Amino acid sequence: MLKFIGRRAAFAAMTILIVSAVVFGIFSFLPFDPASLTCGQRCTDQIVEANRVRLGFDKPIYEQYWLFLSGIFAGRTYGAGSAAFTCPAPSFGYSFNENACVTDMIREALPITISLAIGALILWLMVGIGLGIIAAKFKNRWPDTSSSVFVLLATSLPTFVTGLALLIWVSIKWKLVPLSLTGYTSLIDNPYKFMQYFILPWITLAIAYAAIYTRFTRAALLETLGEDYIRTARAKGVGERVVFFKHTLRAVLAPLVTLAGLDFAGLIGGAIITETIFNLPGLGRLTLRSVYEFDLAVVLATTILAAVVVIVMNLIVDMLYAVLDPRVRIV
Amino acid sequence: MTELLRIEDLHVSFKTDDGVVRAVDGVSLTLNAGETVAIVGESGSGKTVTSLSVMGLHKKGQAEISGSISLSDHGTFKDVVHLSDDEIREIRGRAVSMIFQDPMSSLHPYYKIGNQLAEAYLVHNRGKKKEAMARALEMLDLVGIPEPAKRAQEFPHQFSGGMRQRVMIAMALMNSPQILIADEPTTALDVTVQAQILALLSKLKKEFNMGILLITHDLGVVAQVADRVNVMYAGRIVEEGPVDDIFYSPLAPYTLGLLKSVPRVSKNNERLKAIPGQPPSLINLPVGCPFAPRCEYKQHSSEAGCNTTRPALLGTSSTHRSRCHVPENLRHELFANELKEVQG
Repeated sequence: MLKFIGRRAAFAAMTILIVSAVVFGIFSFLPFDPASLTCGQRCTDQIVEANRVRLGFDKPIYEQYWLFLSGIFAGRTYGAGSAAFTCPAPSFGYSFNENACVTDMIREALPITISLAIGALILWLMVGIGLGIIAAKFKNRWPDTSSSVFVLLATSLPTFVTGLALLIWVSIKWKLVPLSLTGYTSLIDNPYKFMQYFILPWITLAIAYAAIYTRFTRAALLETLGEDYIRTARAKGVGERVVFFKHTLRAVLAPLVTLAGLDFAGLIGGAIITETIFNLPGLGRLTLRSVYEFDLAVVLATTILAAVVVIVMNLIVDMLYAVLDPRVRIV
Repeated sequence: MTELLRIEDLHVSFKTDDGVVRAVDGVSLTLNAGETVAIVGESGSGKTVTSLSVMGLHKKGQAEISGSISLSDHGTFKDVVHLSDDEIREIRGRAVSMIFQDPMSSLHPYYKIGNQLAEAYLVHNRGKKKEAMARALEMLDLVGIPEPAKRAQEFPHQFSGGMRQRVMIAMALMNSPQILIADEPTTALDVTVQAQILALLSKLKKEFNMGILLITHDLGVVAQVADRVNVMYAGRIVEEGPVDDIFYSPLAPYTLGLLKSVPRVSKNNERLKAIPGQPPSLINLPVGCPFAPRCEYKQHSSEAGCNTTRPALLGTSSTHRSRCHVPENLRHELFANELKEVQG
């Protein structure tokens, strides 16, 4: 097991290195002068050149990349003398647009995105798997039919429609949840406010995913119910309830975990639409803003972060799979 | 002889979009303790549906079932056809057990062998976990699995096909049932393993004084282990009798066709004598004898036409009966010549 994790971690590090190099390379070849993006309206050539030197854009690209990499581990100091400023390790660069170290910006945005993703994940797993179970258990009867209506609606409605509808009705018309303009509070500080802040975004995200999980769970359960080993269980005299909830559900668990892990990883990269609708200052919004403003240091950092999350989640899913399915051995 | 199972006039049909499929159409048979009764037939002849209905495992809701399946629950007879789901469930795995064709897919891939065996015991003996595990190890040992304590902790994928079928047998016998239904138990196994499994079944039959209902299409297996044989075609029994009678003096043209189509090493230059044509659709059975379109002996039938009337299950001997319009003595003569040719 340890050997497996070691090897996979090394592999992950390699992948991250390649991803970062590729992203870094792409940004270097963009037809923009990164230095000229650093100063505002009253810009002189001197300021641009000074900033170029300060941010290291005057150095050859491989050296810039090396500075970027070493900054992650050692932190980075820009400029010299009294004008010098430092982004401590792990440093992912400096955003001139926001006058802040990128790491600090991510540190602020990440908890919001993670809270959004985890809450939505829990919600959609409960709803999706629950509905899937009901649909499979009552195949072709009304609960199944109603669940497929839900699936159809939820998959065809885009997030910006469900999100806006929730916002308009639940927040503005019915005033059940205050408009989340008051700012983010952590779960530990004030659980009630935390829930209020996130409940609509969670529902918005969960609806879309729950539909997919309902369909997946139903199909997987029905397929498993036709397996020979389910017939064996019945032949032993095992009751229908145990056949369903033990023998059948158990077999569906492993593929569900895989699906959930990868979807979760995708969300950490940023639920841009949901974050925008609900004005959540998370990673998605940060990325979006940075792309609009050519804030390359931030885009670079969020892209690499998304890659890291996907790679790490893959590793976790693989390990969980080995725990759940005895046929998968970790060597 | 103690009778364990008596199926009388069993009909099972399924409603499909294309019409009603009569999978089992008036089957009657009996099974006694210490005896192996075979049901032989092609795919779709209704042999598996017959055996599944004994277990109450035919597709409920879609299936229409009538007739009676009287089954001995350690002495008391119960009619499976008219039992509630819970009552059948209570019999399953205790009074009657079943092993299946494909041992590779018949065991749950995610549970340890020992636990799967123990479950079979626990279902009928609530809460006796220790006893169940001890019984599981005992049964694994009995079916010839070395190091049962170690193997019980393993998963199905760590077993070979033959070993998995042994596990299936051990699981079926956890509650010492009197009736064992073996649905093509050796079809998925290679020949040497097949012989071992058959020998094991015979040995266990004696030890447990069971009756075995053997479903197969393999005449070699039938010859090896069966005491009595029922040949099924298009949902009905076309011939029944002691194994020797079936092999040495078959009475139904279909049985003869089956015997002739067995390949023989000594006649390696000859083409295989397959029965011409296809089995009829079970939705639209011919009015007369269902085998008539494929039968070579139609012209020998007397006044009752093969194409107009279904033949009844009759015989001059009380144990050996068949469905055919051709007079029995004529069949004896015709078939004897054919058999001589085939069997050399």
